[in-house]
Amino acid sequence: MHSKAPLGLKVAAGAGLLFLHLPILLIFVYAFTTEDKSYQWPPPGLTLKWFAVTWNRSDVWEALTLSLKVASISTVIAMVLGTLCAAAVARSSFFGRETVSLLVILPIALPGIITGISLRSAFNLADIPFSFWTIVLGHATFCIVVVYNNAVARFRRTSGSLVEASLDLGATYFQTFRFIILPNIATALLAGGMLAFALSFDEVIVTTFTAGQQQTLPIWMLEELVRPRQRPVTNVVAMVVVLVTFLPILGAYYLTRGTDTVAGQSK
Amino acid sequence: MSEAVSLSGRASDTLWRRPRFLLALLLVPPVLWLGIVYLGSLFALLAQSFFSIDEFSGLINYELTLKTYKELFRPSNMDILLRTVAMASAVTVAAAIVAFPIAYYAARYAKGRWKAVFYLGVMLPLWSSYLVKVYSWKLILAKEGILNWLFETLHLSWLLQAYLSVPGIGGNSLSVSWTGTFLVFLYVWLPFMILPVQASLERVPATMLEASSDMGARPGQTFRYVLFPLALPGIVAGSIFTFSLTLGDYIIPQIVGTSARMIGQAVYQFQGTAGNIPLAAAFAVVPIVVMGVYLTISKRMGAFDAL
Repeated sequence: MHSKAPLGLKVAAGAGLLFLHLPILLIFVYAFTTEDKSYQWPPPGLTLKWFAVTWNRSDVWEALTLSLKVASISTVIAMVLGTLCAAAVARSSFFGRETVSLLVILPIALPGIITGISLRSAFNLADIPFSFWTIVLGHATFCIVVVYNNAVARFRRTSGSLVEASLDLGATYFQTFRFIILPNIATALLAGGMLAFALSFDEVIVTTFTAGQQQTLPIWMLEELVRPRQRPVTNVVAMVVVLVTFLPILGAYYLTRGTDTVAGQSK
Repeated sequence: MSEAVSLSGRASDTLWRRPRFLLALLLVPPVLWLGIVYLGSLFALLAQSFFSIDEFSGLINYELTLKTYKELFRPSNMDILLRTVAMASAVTVAAAIVAFPIAYYAARYAKGRWKAVFYLGVMLPLWSSYLVKVYSWKLILAKEGILNWLFETLHLSWLLQAYLSVPGIGGNSLSVSWTGTFLVFLYVWLPFMILPVQASLERVPATMLEASSDMGARPGQTFRYVLFPLALPGIVAGSIFTFSLTLGDYIIPQIVGTSARMIGQAVYQFQGTAGNIPLAAAFAVVPIVVMGVYLTISKRMGAFDAL
């Protein structure tokens, strides 16, 4: 059983992992460079000055605040809708069940630009002006699937007899939900919520179509990517974004560790 | 207080007697949301592809016509479609090749702590910011960046120059070449390939591979006739992501690459600066149709069980 991995495989796997991580690490170095006119490598010197400069930039703060607000509200909506949908699909079979699960997955199975341009043309047709809520509308739609995936896996493993026992003992549906179902699915929901938050916080393709003149943090970054004007500030923002998104992912990993949602275990 | 309790009790009883009603209560909010916001918008878009734009006034002519689709098949537009599909295919094949060893090692040999390292090693890049990942490649591929520096330090600049002078894949520098675009696509979508391939490989019993070699198969033969066919559903599942995501992306080719456009950029420009929403909609239909065909074939190959 415990045969050794061939050297070639080890090297290929290790090289693959390095390929995935080196570019992100590079960002961390660039955040400290003294060079501000080009992407010169190796950095001519290291400094902490750009962190202070970034800290005092009001446009970065505004974009960050908008992103956090949008991500929070979209996550809450997605958690409610995703859980409802998962509860319905996991426990019962009904006509159109496959269609419902396809409907949930569709917003991320089709390229983001299609979701974006569809929403934009719908807003145009319905004469809805761009606002905070048009961004949320788009984000919540593609976040549902993340919560749904986590919740549906947990519902499938939660024994149905627990719910029946609770009802048999005289609890109402609401009490059963509060005291039996919710504690059972809580960590899966939290994990799904964190991933949804990370997804929304980072989204740019759909957002460019639904934001109008507003700037979320990814849109701010996109502008800098297309027309670089303040490279050092962008470097610092990029590094902070990496750190901010790592937290929910690590959180989600520890919350679902040892359960079926860990990739690799067969269904 | 007691009235409220009895009310909730009665509501609860009703739900128990009518499970269909409970099901409907659960389903209505999400289905309404997705149906109205998502499907509604999607149909609004599709409908527009059957309108046309008046060439003189630039206004949308709200009469059903196939004129816009005829325009889609003009040679310059066909180029965009073919170029995008070719890029998506190349990225998908390359992603499968790079992903396989990682997924295989993680599935078969990594145990305990290393298993976690591999899992997080794929999940962190998968979930970290898309724009930051693209940005990091802008840094890498820049003329004064690390890759050129590496070639110079190793005195291999001539090799890079020779490669860049190959027409089609080369260009003035890496950051404005097809190779650059390809590398960024490969980097950004690679984790989407690793996870399903790993999931399908986890289900291959080690004893099966041992049996194959016991019966005299060389490692190459075991791979060709046992491992690869069993991993194929996972590869197809991963290719759904790499293919679909490359088809619709408009940001990567805009930031790293040549001036030749891909489908996503065409959609973006036609709906934005050009104001030709019908043509943008017709362009958007292409990825939908391609992915529809792709998903149907993958379903036949059992790829959905590997998701």
